[in-house]
Amino acid sequence: MNEITLTHYLILGAIIFTIGVVGIFLNRKNIIVILMSIELILLAVNINLVSFSIFLNDISGQIFALFILTVAAAEAAIGLAIIVVYYRNTGNIHVEEIDSLKG
Amino acid sequence: MIAHSIFFYTFSLIAIFSAIMVVASKNTVHSVFFLILDFISISCLFIMIGAEFLGMIMLIVYVGAVAVLFLFVVMMLNVAQQKNQWFESTSDNTHIPIGLLISVVIFFELVIVVGGWKHKPDLSSSMSIEINQNVTNTHLIGNILYTDYIHLFQLSGMILLVAMIGAIVLTYRKRSGIKRQSYLSQISREKTESVSLVNVKSNQGVKINE
Repeated sequence: MNEITLTHYLILGAIIFTIGVVGIFLNRKNIIVILMSIELILLAVNINLVSFSIFLNDISGQIFALFILTVAAAEAAIGLAIIVVYYRNTGNIHVEEIDSLKG
Repeated sequence: MIAHSIFFYTFSLIAIFSAIMVVASKNTVHSVFFLILDFISISCLFIMIGAEFLGMIMLIVYVGAVAVLFLFVVMMLNVAQQKNQWFESTSDNTHIPIGLLISVVIFFELVIVVGGWKHKPDLSSSMSIEINQNVTNTHLIGNILYTDYIHLFQLSGMILLVAMIGAIVLTYRKRSGIKRQSYLSQISREKTESVSLVNVKSNQGVKINE
């Protein structure tokens, strides 16, 4: 087996990012899974930042990853609160039936 | 180096598999479990390549807080069981080929960018904060985070505060028929409205609450 380089980590980040995007595109049932896909995308971004930080020998990437972690936690809290309120008002959170904006 | 390769491939295969299962499983509770597995394997990768503080923080924040929050909400909303496939819509399924096509294009664009990426050989000299091997990772992050990035650090704390207040305000509701403490009326009680002096006649006693 070859030595693990930066490219391996970047490809891993790209794969997880794409899986998250697929989850957002194809999901027609459950909006919580869409929130989880957003978490996957942020995780992929974190992988990229940390691997660049390690392989380029610069600590700033890990600090940016820390900030992304903060924003991801805040986003999950707010998103789940919105979902809870929506469920309380309408009784379901199916993606197809959330169309009151007529977009 | 061979151990490094073996661990990298193991953890990344587990991470990719569990990421696929997050979006593909029919049961939402199973998706949350696979999300936890994904976070754990990625944080193992982080610890393995030397970002141990970030790996541990990811374990604490993602697995300990975010995933458990997801689990709470999924179990609270009773949406765990889905009747048919996660990607089937009730009307038509034209979104599937287009979505898959765009995802594949995105993936190949990312791979092309990653494969053709080269950094300048003198890039390291232009960087300011190098990783010192004599200092631990946590120490180094603390040194930089509390000096150079202190404003961003405080701003991210403000983001967390705003998110907390927003979540509380969104989900708070007043219910009728529940006895609550009213702190204002408790602390603003006065002697005149709560205590009264009664002249008690002998052999007759006094009636309370009349």
